[in-house]
Amino acid sequence: MGECIRLEYDVDGENFASAGHASESVKRTLKQMGVSPASVRRVAIAMYEGEINMVIHAHGGRAIAEIYPDRIDIYLRDTGPGIADVDLAMRAGYSTATENIRSLGFGAGMGLPNMKKYSDEMKIDTAVGVGTTVFLRIRF
Amino acid sequence: MTIREVVKLLDAEILCGEEHLDTEIHTACGSDMMSDVLAYVKDQSVLLTGLLNPQVVRTAEMMDMLCIVFVRGKRPEQPVIDLAESKGIVLLSTEKRLFVACGILYTNGLGG
Repeated sequence: MGECIRLEYDVDGENFASAGHASESVKRTLKQMGVSPASVRRVAIAMYEGEINMVIHAHGGRAIAEIYPDRIDIYLRDTGPGIADVDLAMRAGYSTATENIRSLGFGAGMGLPNMKKYSDEMKIDTAVGVGTTVFLRIRF
Repeated sequence: MTIREVVKLLDAEILCGEEHLDTEIHTACGSDMMSDVLAYVKDQSVLLTGLLNPQVVRTAEMMDMLCIVFVRGKRPEQPVIDLAESKGIVLLSTEKRLFVACGILYTNGLGG
């Protein structure tokens, strides 16, 4: 497994303006560690999409990043409404976001597909009424 | 072209990042949908948009973009300008509409 750097963040579900704070911090850390810019960007986009999802759908939660020499594992945990149909949610263009969210520039139904596109592994554990944990693994 | 040339071509006002105006840029994209910017953009360094919230700056930051142009004469609030300033991202504001602003930059050699 090797040495691991663990970073943990509160994702504030009430504050749309601050969404992206955790991704930004992880991006900065990876950059400082000398991870390639292409990998840093994949991590930043995948995690940022996840963070936005937590804010617009699930009232926030916890974001945990474990950085290994060859990869990063990200856990995005919320206690939101859960995802009733994961296959449907994974479909590009499908979104349950409100008109208000769309007016902010999100809710195009690209969040989960984007997270899959930019990560090497993605796993969604979800239960309606309980919450969702999204696991992302990105190799450098 | 440089960001300085973008300023001139779009008759734009500089909101922050004056010290980065000589940075070279090669490509741009125009969108009001940040989800689509995150999904489809690749290595573009300028974002033209009519959207004003802080997530425009964060999206640009995640994509390693260098400059955001607000179209239709829009200006974001000060916290958004401060956020961009802290990230070293240039913010410009032009009276031109999105289609026109994109067209001017495209015909002057900026790629998509």
